[in-house]
Amino acid sequence: MTGTSLLTLAGVSKRYPTGTLAVEGIDLALEAGDFLSLLGPSGCGKSTLLRMIAGLAEPSTGRIAWPGGAPAPRDIGFVFQEPTLMPWASAAANVALPLELAGTPRRDALARAGEWLGRVGLAGFENAYPRALSGGMKMRVSLARALVTRPRLLLMDEPFAALDEITRFKLNNDLLALWDAERFTVIFVTHSVFESVYLSRRILVLAARPGRLDADLTVDAPYPRGEAFRTSADYAGHCRAVSEALAAAMERRAA
Amino acid sequence: MKGGTGRDLGGYLAPLLVGVAVLGGWEWLVWARGIPPYVLPGPLRIGQTLISDWAPLSASLIYTLKLTVLALAVAAVAGLALALLFALSRGIERALFPYAVILQVTPIVAIAPLIIIWVNDVSISLLICAWIVAFFPILSNTTVGLNSADPNLQDLFRLYGASRWQVLWRLKLPGAMPYFLAGLRISGGLALIGAIVAEFVAGTGGAASGLAYRILESGFQLQIPRMFAALALISASGIAIFLLLSLLSHLLLRRWHESAQDGERR
Repeated sequence: MTGTSLLTLAGVSKRYPTGTLAVEGIDLALEAGDFLSLLGPSGCGKSTLLRMIAGLAEPSTGRIAWPGGAPAPRDIGFVFQEPTLMPWASAAANVALPLELAGTPRRDALARAGEWLGRVGLAGFENAYPRALSGGMKMRVSLARALVTRPRLLLMDEPFAALDEITRFKLNNDLLALWDAERFTVIFVTHSVFESVYLSRRILVLAARPGRLDADLTVDAPYPRGEAFRTSADYAGHCRAVSEALAAAMERRAA
Repeated sequence: MKGGTGRDLGGYLAPLLVGVAVLGGWEWLVWARGIPPYVLPGPLRIGQTLISDWAPLSASLIYTLKLTVLALAVAAVAGLALALLFALSRGIERALFPYAVILQVTPIVAIAPLIIIWVNDVSISLLICAWIVAFFPILSNTTVGLNSADPNLQDLFRLYGASRWQVLWRLKLPGAMPYFLAGLRISGGLALIGAIVAEFVAGTGGAASGLAYRILESGFQLQIPRMFAALALISASGIAIFLLLSLLSHLLLRRWHESAQDGERR
């Protein structure tokens, strides 16, 4: 752990033109190389927060700062809840898109896209169109596209929520393996307590309407984590603690 | 795959049987009632006329087809270009779209005489009429297509710092292709109708020589079988244009779009 801050948020709020306050007063320092989950019920502003960090939305008040220098487009990878692939383009062309938009020649971009398809377990599917791929495979293409630029920060917005549990477990393991190898920083939005505990080093619990940070928990289990961790008492203990924090956050908000 | 070939065969066989039955019934009716050919010729008589009068009919067919294809091509290029312009600027879209609608809802029969008077060359005035009719579906469909790009994909393009040109060329245009091609299929038939209608209006001038002019001429001369032969050629042209454009659409979209899937879904 380097201990340097990749990103800091100070008093970040977002109010939509309709008057709805989506998130309020978020303070956060994100360490480089960390795996952070944002956990909360739907409507707690998780996605809004992620979009502001990505630069797709502006905070209404507060500041988002990058101590190590402002990010270039290639420094941030984004994985949406849906695979969000171009249906008219092959898997390789989809993955090559960020490189091509940055001016990399098509041949080089496709070659690197091929490498990354291999790294997410889709070697041999370069020329397949999204239509021919399963939901899990499409998500893998989406992950390869987010990582092809070797980003410093990977933002994931409930990426595996629509997948079945078996596929989700596999993708969780593959994501951890890639994170271990590449050492990018992850902000992972989820509404699953179990997923957040399995993946993250740090979990921020958000309360809804407006979205506010309610609890900041650490999962100190060592990596690499595998099926043994998923069935351990340690895992169960963390899940209980996080569930209680989430329940407390929702109760406070309801009161 | 089960029963695939059987279904294909049924797909061709059913309309073919209806066609044979209708033509057979028509021929029988003409024969049984002894209807004279100048009132209603039977299909066989029309076929004979098609062969015997092939020289003037084929010349007219080629004239009308050229007009139709040219009008469709100009409509496709202009419709696509204008839709792209609309996609680049909402202001231009707001300013011009109402006039495109006006052009569309004004009956071509009503303005064709004016266009024929204003434009000296009859062929060019016919081309303009056919173009006016064919233009709008392409423009309107392509505009819808360009405006319906996936918002998440648009965010992704923004995230990677894509230029407006890259967004248009790599995201909006490919996504609009199915819409454009659907518009093109509608406009193919409309271009033919526009060409024929304009020719009817101009036809009494006698300068043109398309299929509509043949129909008018045959009517005056009471050559009813030839009139029907020209009509049959118009129908055949319309069907051919539709099939060709459907084929084009299928070839361009089969790899990715739902409308052009080969066989079963995965």
